[in-house]
Amino acid sequence: MVNDTAPPFFPMERAAACPFDPPPALHDLQDQAPLTRVRLWDGSTPWLVTRHAEQRTLLADQRLSAAIDSPGYPLPGPARPRDSKGGGSIGFILMDDPEHARLRRMVTAPFAIKRVEALRPAIQKIVDDLIDEMLAGPRPVDLVEAFALPVPSLVICALLGVPYTDHDLFQGHSRNLISRSVPIEERSASFTALHDYLDDLIGSKLDHPDDGLLSQLAERVRGGELKRSDAAGIGVLLLVAGHETTANMIALGTLALLEHPDQLALLRDSDDPKLVASAVEELLRYLNITHTGRRRAALEDIDIAGVTIRAGEGVIMANDIGNRDPSMFDAPDDLDLTRDARRHVAFGFGVHQCLGQPLARLELQVVYSTLYRRIPTLRRATELDAIPFKHDGAVYGVYELPVSW
Amino acid sequence: MKITLDQDKCVASGQCVMAAPDVFDQRDEDGIAVLLTSTPGDTDADDVHHAAAVCPAVAIRVQD
Ligand code: HEM
Ligand code: SF4
Repeated sequence: MVNDTAPPFFPMERAAACPFDPPPALHDLQDQAPLTRVRLWDGSTPWLVTRHAEQRTLLADQRLSAAIDSPGYPLPGPARPRDSKGGGSIGFILMDDPEHARLRRMVTAPFAIKRVEALRPAIQKIVDDLIDEMLAGPRPVDLVEAFALPVPSLVICALLGVPYTDHDLFQGHSRNLISRSVPIEERSASFTALHDYLDDLIGSKLDHPDDGLLSQLAERVRGGELKRSDAAGIGVLLLVAGHETTANMIALGTLALLEHPDQLALLRDSDDPKLVASAVEELLRYLNITHTGRRRAALEDIDIAGVTIRAGEGVIMANDIGNRDPSMFDAPDDLDLTRDARRHVAFGFGVHQCLGQPLARLELQVVYSTLYRRIPTLRRATELDAIPFKHDGAVYGVYELPVSW
Repeated sequence: MKITLDQDKCVASGQCVMAAPDVFDQRDEDGIAVLLTSTPGDTDADDVHHAAAVCPAVAIRVQD
């Protein structure tokens, strides 16, 4: 079918009254066809993939490149100078195999299921201590600052061997890095600052090794397997991805549960680890915080769902709407903690599927099974429409969440 | 049923271990998946099929 109207602008806006739902225009596109054209900030018109099945198929297809210097790559905004030079890039997330696989495998060991599960008592203690502090402090309190951000920051710092006392520095720069409203110069400066910070840390691990992941990377630098700038890039990726995402899932997840009291009650009144695990999957699906889509460029022509993606064209898999695909999930717009949501694409799919997912799951399981039981009267301390949502960020969430009890 | 696992494709996501812990495990050194058995019994069938469906690297093949 020939469509002679101009492709719609992407990303689209959410409906003000439904802060947990993807933009309504995405639903319309999904109803039309699995793949449609959209228009980006730079006037380019990549494909937008809106259905679950095609998203999975394409994300598993290595003819699509994740490298942002591939021709046709759909950039989310002006490229940072460092990105365009290719030097000091942000780890392997924007690389293709075989180099992506080589680097990823250097850091996969600590994210294996059993290694991560062994951290449960330590994470439980972090969560309990922060709740103790909150309960002893003034009300209302900003849940983001007091709880949602510190939990994953403390966890990833311990895993990497980054001193948590530097959290003002790396949290501030991370925030800039994933924001779309911070000017490009400032974002570049934040990236450089983070890169230099990680580079210095890796240097100090060379002289003073410990049992953290950065120290293992430093050893590989010493052994000549890994360039020091790549090691620093991987460090930046793990540090940023390790706390910004999970923090948003904690705060936005809590807000979503407060708006769905029946679901919150289910979680609070159950001590079944299976329900807790299922709740985590459902909230990942329902909230899909990585809301600007998985972005790729076609290296060859690809035939799919009756269209041909040409080599050199951009492709965006909008996993937020993929997770609301009615052919995959019944009543997809309902938050239902008891459904089997495990096939969601909130962690992506294919070789770039989230490396930190076992850790994110564990942190969320501990948080969701502890916070509402220990503070059963937890409530929002302001109107829903007074809460600042991260519409402008690469990762969706709330900037602040004032709560009381 | 018979399972084959392509370790070269595996990206160590751990999804298979979560889905079917009696059938899949991960290597200590790099988290790459290993089979605990390639011919699991019927009781594991659903879990194994689920593991194959969620494997992001499409590295698991199941023959019934
Ligand atoms: C709930 C929290 C999280 C969500 C929703 C999430 C989401 C994602 C998504 C969608 C991708 C795929 C990117 C793509 O295909 O283009 C990804 C990749 C990645 N994530 Fe996460 N993530 C979370 C937590 C974490 C944590 C805790 C860590 C680290 C400790 C982490 C580290 C990474 C890394 C290193 C990659 C790149 C993998 C690769 O390119 O091979 N993430 N994440
Ligand atoms: S699910 Fe697939 S990619 Fe993940 S560990 Fe198992 S075999 Fe490897």
